[in-house]
Amino acid sequence: MTEMTLIEGLRQAMDEELERDERVFIVGQDVGPRGGVFRATQGLYEKYGEDRVVDSPLAELSIIGIGIGTALYGMRPICEIQFADFIYPAFNQIVSEAARMCYRSGGEWIAPMVIRVPYGGGIGGGLYHSQSIEAFFAHVPGLKVVVPSTPYDAKGLLKSAVRDPNPVIFLEPKKGYRLIRGEVPEDEEVLVPIGPGRISREGTDLTLFAYGMMHHYAMEAAERVAQEGIDVEVVDLRTLKPVDRETVLASVAKTGKALIVHEDNLTGGYGAEIAAILAEEAFADLDAPVRRLAGPDVPAMPFSHPLQDWFMLDADKIADAIRELAAY
Amino acid sequence: MEAQEDLQVDLKPETLLEMYWLMVLSRRLDERTWVLHRQGKIAFHISSIGHEAAQVGAAMALRRGQDWVVPYYRDLAMMLALGFTPKEFMLGVMGKKGEPNSGARQMPSHWSIRRLNIVSHSSVVATQAPHASGIALAIKMRGDDAVVLTSIGEGSTAQGEWYEAVNWAAIHRLPVVFMVENNLYAISVRQERQMAVEQVADKAAGLGLPGVTVDGLDAPVVHRAITEAVSRARSGGGPTIVETMVHRMTPHSSDDDDRSYRTREELEALKAQDPLHLQRDKLMDMGVLSQDAEREVQERAKREVEEAVDFATRAPYPEVSEASYPVYAEDRIDD
Ligand SMILES: Cc1ncc(C[n+]2csc(CCOP(=O)(O)OP(=O)(O)O)c2C)c(N)n1
Ligand SMILES: [Mg+2]
Repeated sequence: MTEMTLIEGLRQAMDEELERDERVFIVGQDVGPRGGVFRATQGLYEKYGEDRVVDSPLAELSIIGIGIGTALYGMRPICEIQFADFIYPAFNQIVSEAARMCYRSGGEWIAPMVIRVPYGGGIGGGLYHSQSIEAFFAHVPGLKVVVPSTPYDAKGLLKSAVRDPNPVIFLEPKKGYRLIRGEVPEDEEVLVPIGPGRISREGTDLTLFAYGMMHHYAMEAAERVAQEGIDVEVVDLRTLKPVDRETVLASVAKTGKALIVHEDNLTGGYGAEIAAILAEEAFADLDAPVRRLAGPDVPAMPFSHPLQDWFMLDADKIADAIRELAAY
Repeated sequence: MEAQEDLQVDLKPETLLEMYWLMVLSRRLDERTWVLHRQGKIAFHISSIGHEAAQVGAAMALRRGQDWVVPYYRDLAMMLALGFTPKEFMLGVMGKKGEPNSGARQMPSHWSIRRLNIVSHSSVVATQAPHASGIALAIKMRGDDAVVLTSIGEGSTAQGEWYEAVNWAAIHRLPVVFMVENNLYAISVRQERQMAVEQVADKAAGLGLPGVTVDGLDAPVVHRAITEAVSRARSGGGPTIVETMVHRMTPHSSDDDDRSYRTREELEALKAQDPLHLQRDKLMDMGVLSQDAEREVQERAKREVEEAVDFATRAPYPEVSEASYPVYAEDRIDD
């Protein structure tokens, strides 16, 4: 076992997949000699060359559209969008093209590709370097949406995403790139399947659903309230699409209460989907109304520190929500 | 536009006759589809009438089945020239089971024929252009010698998608040909409201690749322009924009009524320059096409079209269960 950061897990995953399969290549802005603005691809250009680590023009839809074309020819592109906030120019290519390719051709053409997207706030990024975008894509049949919250999952899920025959939106909690550390085995291949959620803390009083950076804070909050005698089960959803219904339902069958946390704003957010699943399929198990704790419904995260803190969730806010729900 | 008068003599008589045959077949099939629509038997048709010469000339400049084609909805004649059959087309028009483009999931004329390297496209104009550049990038990465031909209407070259695709291809000198079928209209909007340049090919200068404009009513002329572009692409010389000037001799689609935006006189003038008639007259003047051969071509086309209509009419509709898959690659039946 080695301790590493989340971004190191991602880098190792890409390194290993580039090594394993010559059809795999990386394309995105500044991914070459610069190694990406977050340095996720650091060293890969030097190791694999400019044909495998391709600096794209500053044009997001082309990163995805070109990626789709190469995938149709049999390549396995890893497309990097520099910040989630800049993915919208490529929305058309992702939603109309990549996601629908298999269905619209009766399965004759597929677009296996990974779209890596650093997302989320709390880093002083203001409106356009802080956004969470999962709800837009989790809505779309044909896409898979994955969000790791630990270095182990970052590595294992990214490797699985590269091997997946579908387009996978791979959301990386960028605030956690260097903040989140964890053990990753060195001497064995790390592969985490896309689909299953993970019970990251067992508990009996309520279930806390989270993913990405919010999972990190959720674990902190759960430890804090444990000292007050509240026993929280934490579920790291990991894959938002397709969602692991069994794990979601089994946990709430056990605890009877559900709190869903995400940093994306509330209305139409991913938490609504979990809440709907519970309302439809776990009504009899519920001992309290399903509760969502999410970012406020303002257009995006403001820049100034106190304003950002107002928007951003943290362990304190999550702990308060836990206490409230536990007391119901 | 370049004068390329002597071009007919470059091609063998068999090739000229094949071109003509494909144009006639496409036209008869297309006209028959309009009739089916008027009879209320089908829901939608989008026509290639007036574009046939450009499409056939382009397709025949490729290594058919080996090169890659990323087309757009108006390319019926191109598809036929690549090996798509009238029966397959009619299945799509009627939304019948096993329709090869999409299993009758997409509207008609949304092409995708894997066996011919014809790539699936959506209705969203210009989205196919970056795919063409991506395929060309993959060809270059793998060291293969295929080229990609992608087509588009002139109005759709206003989309960012098209510019970004051409930009990529120019930067990396990719083996792709950007064919533009310029009929001066995007539904009702004329070219002057789509671009300030006189020709789409003029955009090439700003993107760093060669661009040419040719007479799209003359299949051999288009054949030569695309052949040159393809050979440049195949030999590592990079992409080319080839703009073909064509006529849209019908409304935009069966849902359009063009009387509100173009005069009947204008339309009659277009019809007086029907690429089919121009080609026929030229071949007759050259002595390549006899009256008898012409009659035979027309009869054969009619027969094949009627066979296709009968075949598709008798074919079953898809099972409703087919609507639910394949959403993901894992759902494919042959997996
Ligand atoms: C992105 C997008 N916007 C609008 C439409 C509706 N639409 C379909 S075809 C068309 C005109 C296209 O004109 P042009 O590119 O010149 O091709 P043509 O039909 O003349 O061959 C329009 C506006 C569409 N399909 N996609
Ligand atoms: Mg047009």
